[in-house]
Formats: sequence, C-alpha cells, structure tokens
Amino acid sequence: MRRQELAELESAPWTGRTRRYDLVKEGVVACLVITVAVVALATFFGSPDDAQITFKKWAISAPSDFYTTTVHELAGTSESAGYGAPYNTASVGVNLGPLYLARLAGVTHPVDTVNDFVIRPLSAFNDTPKIAAGLALWRSADSKTQIDWASNYETALAKADQDPTKVSTGSYGPVPELASGLVAMAKSGLLDGVLLSQGNYFQNDNTKQTLFLGDGKYFNDQSTAAHLQGDTWGMMNETGRYPGQAWLWLYSFWYQISPFNNGDNHPIGANADAYIMVIMGLLSLGLVLMPLIPGVRSLPRKIPIHRLIWRHYYQEENL
Amino acid sequence: MSNDLHDKNRELWTARLRKSWQKNLPIEKLLPDVQPAYVASWIYTFGVATLASLGVIIFSGLILAFEGPSWYHLSRAGHFVNSLHFWSVQLFFIFMVIHLWGKFWMAAWRGKRLMTWMTGGVAFVASVATAFTGYLVQTNFDSQWISFEAKDGFNSVGIGAWFTVTNLGQQLLLHVAFLPMILGLITVIHVLLVRAKGVVPPIDAFDRGSATTNNSERRNP
Repeated sequence: MRRQELAELESAPWTGRTRRYDLVKEGVVACLVITVAVVALATFFGSPDDAQITFKKWAISAPSDFYTTTVHELAGTSESAGYGAPYNTASVGVNLGPLYLARLAGVTHPVDTVNDFVIRPLSAFNDTPKIAAGLALWRSADSKTQIDWASNYETALAKADQDPTKVSTGSYGPVPELASGLVAMAKSGLLDGVLLSQGNYFQNDNTKQTLFLGDGKYFNDQSTAAHLQGDTWGMMNETGRYPGQAWLWLYSFWYQISPFNNGDNHPIGANADAYIMVIMGLLSLGLVLMPLIPGVRSLPRKIPIHRLIWRHYYQEENL
Repeated sequence: MSNDLHDKNRELWTARLRKSWQKNLPIEKLLPDVQPAYVASWIYTFGVATLASLGVIIFSGLILAFEGPSWYHLSRAGHFVNSLHFWSVQLFFIFMVIHLWGKFWMAAWRGKRLMTWMTGGVAFVASVATAFTGYLVQTNFDSQWISFEAKDGFNSVGIGAWFTVTNLGQQLLLHVAFLPMILGLITVIHVLLVRAKGVVPPIDAFDRGSATTNNSERRNP
C-alpha cells in the first residue's frame, strides 16, 4: 500500500467497530482521583523548603570565607569580576568554536564588583571612624593604587592561611578595614537590605546578591552538602529527600560524561555550558519534529510495543 | 437573505472560520460518546491524567499567586498549598512523559496527525520551561542555587542577556503569566486537534487487506 493511500485511510473517520466512551465522566473521575492523590501526597510528604542563605547567615557561619571573598571582590579576582558578558567585559566568555554568543549579546546587566558589592554598601554603614576613613582613603586613590593594595593584601592573606590576624604588614591601604567593615555590616543584617535595594525603594532583581553569594565558598559548600552540584546530577535534584526536576535528566546527563566534564583545560569541557545548551536545543527540536526524522519515526513499527497496547484489537481482528 | 448577500457573507473571515470549525470539529467530535473499539488500553488514560494534574497545578498556583511568593514559608496553610503545587507538578510530568512515550510507540502522528504530535512536543518543552521558572521563584535555598547555576547555561549562549534567571521579578512574571498562557494555549490547541483528528488507528490496521473490513463496516457495540 502506498504511503499516501495509507495516510488517507488512517486519517479518515473510523467506520469499524466502536465502543461506548464517556469522555466527560472520564475527565471528572480523573480530576477527582488526581486531586485525592495530590492531597494525600501533600499531607503525608509535604514539600521541600530549605531556608534561603542570607549574607548575615554567611558572615556569621563562615566569617573567614566572607572576609576573603570581600578581598577578592576588591582585588577584582572573584569569579564575578572576571565573568564577562552579560555582567562586564573582563573576559570573552565561553565559546562555540568561533562563536562567542554571550559577548555578541553584550553587557546588559553591568556589575562592578568593587563598588556594587563593597564600596557602595559600606557607604551606607560608614558611621564608624575606621570605615569612614577607609572609604575616604580608597576614594582618594587612583584605580591602579586600589588594585595594588587589594592584590597585595590578597596575596598576604593567602600566605597567612586566610587568617587576618597573621597577615604581615604591607602596603594594603584601607583594604583590611573595608573587609572587616563589610563583615560587620553583613553580621548586623544590613548588607542584605542594602545589596538588594541598591538605593531604590522597589527592587526585585537579585542578580548582584546571587553573584556575590556565589563568589564565596560557603554557598558552594552548602549546595555540595545538599547534593545539588552539577557534576552529581544536581540540576535534577532537590533539597532533602524529595524528587526534583527529574525531567531535566538528559540536560544533567551531559555534564556527567566526557568531553563535557573534562574540565577547564579542554576546549569542550571549558565551554560545556554552551555546547550542552545547543545540544538540548537541537534535541528539543528533534522531539517536536520526530515524525519527520527518518529512522526514528520507523522505530514504533520495528519494535512492536504497539502490539501490547492494542493487543485486544489485534486478537479480535486476527491481525 | 438573498443569494447575493449570502455569497458575500461567505467571504467574511468570520463565516469562513465558522464553516471550517463546523466541518472539522462538530460537537459530536468535540464531545463524543463513542470511540473506535481499539481505544481500550490504560495508556489512553494518561492524557486526561496529565490534564487533570494541570488543573490542580493551576488551582494551587492561583492560591499561591494571590498570597504572594513568600507566604508558604510563614504559614502552615501556605506550606500545604505549596505541597499541593509541588506534587501536582511531579504527577503532571510523570503522566505527560508516559503519555508521550505511549504516543511515540503508537506512532500517533500517522494519518495527518503531525500537528497533534508537534503541539504535544511543544507543550512538553513549554512545561519544562514553566516548571523551571517555578523552581526559580521558590524564594528558598534551592532557588538561590538553581539561579546561580542556571545563569551560566543561559549566559553561555547569549540568552542570559534578556532571560535573567537571577531576576526574581522577571521569573515570577514569566511563571505566573507568560508561560502558563503559552502552555494553556498550546494545550487547548493540542486537545482540539486530538478531537478533530480522532484517535490514531492501530499500526497495521489497514495492512494485509484489512482496510476494507475496518473502515467500511461499522458494527455497533
């Protein structure tokens, strides 16, 4: 039978044997059954809701990490400071061979880690003489001097095992005072409000807070403990013992295999995010257009699972 | 009405739409009380189960929307409604994936049903996007981490310049307005196509000369 002829037969109104079928009753019963099931699941299992991490919580729980991260922000060596588009022009960003799509899209959400994360928030907390003097000294210096101070202190802090009390004397400008001032501000809870508002009354963009939080080790450690890291299928996990976004399994899968998990020294590993996004885009398109893909569209005929689905019909029709 | 006026009316878009609707989706097709005999498998229930789960998602989501995104952290009632939303989403995806696999093994795109499959595929992708934005607006640790991680993926291909996963306001609006509207529209089109085109007949139903038997003799139940 020709394909066109078969398509006509398969699309024509069915004139063979029929059965009674109460569509409305089926819909009502389905709604009732599903509602009961959902209520039962919600009652017995609840839902996950691990408390959000605040800057106050971070500074109190891991003051050393918060202090070190602040120094990185001032030195311009944090992940956010060197991210590239859409936040800044510090790097070219990831690529797909010759294509640098993030850079092409440009800097649409400018983030100045020094001023947005440290100097501007501290300006709202400058009622202590040390911080006020530190801010004045920082602002009076040119940008090269500022970076030199912060870099010198960052190196000295690393040598002292991130312990500010063991840092040897050096040319650090006001960096130690600014870092300890921001820790104090965070511990008081003020930093959370100031970072969010950025001088505005209404605000609902958490980009800067999230970037700052992610520059520290504390946030990362919390997600590792919760099994949320990308290299452990974290994208489809949920906090606690709850199912997460299991439907993202294929997206997570690529991060578990070579060459995508080969690390930053491998051309594909270093740009895995971009490659995986493109792969998933193509696979999604493939799902939508599956009936048009030779080979794949023939699988249902070749693997006779349909014999199971329509087994009664085939038996009754002797097919 | 004179014949002349009647002919002119037939040229109207409204008249054409009505005529096309009546031809392709009469009320008997929209609300049928009989189905072909082969529509007799548990696999057929997963489509309606998906729709029923979507109904619970919308209902619980509306309550959450009226109370605001942080309500469920502070109230037991809020946490329960959030749990309803959470579990209905989990069931929705389970049912939808089974429905999708079932339709794949039935090769349900046969018989000029390509658009039915395609709208179903788009609905799946739109559902993933809608659920993803839902996870971003939980306003808890999970949403903090998901937004931090996901930004790299979207930024890597330039989408992050406009689709900002760390912007709670944007994600909340997309989750409660834009994406449900898209998903709802596609779902309605998908269901109407299913009703208009009918349930795909079994593979081989018209092979081996059985076409005449199946599609010419109607035997009532």
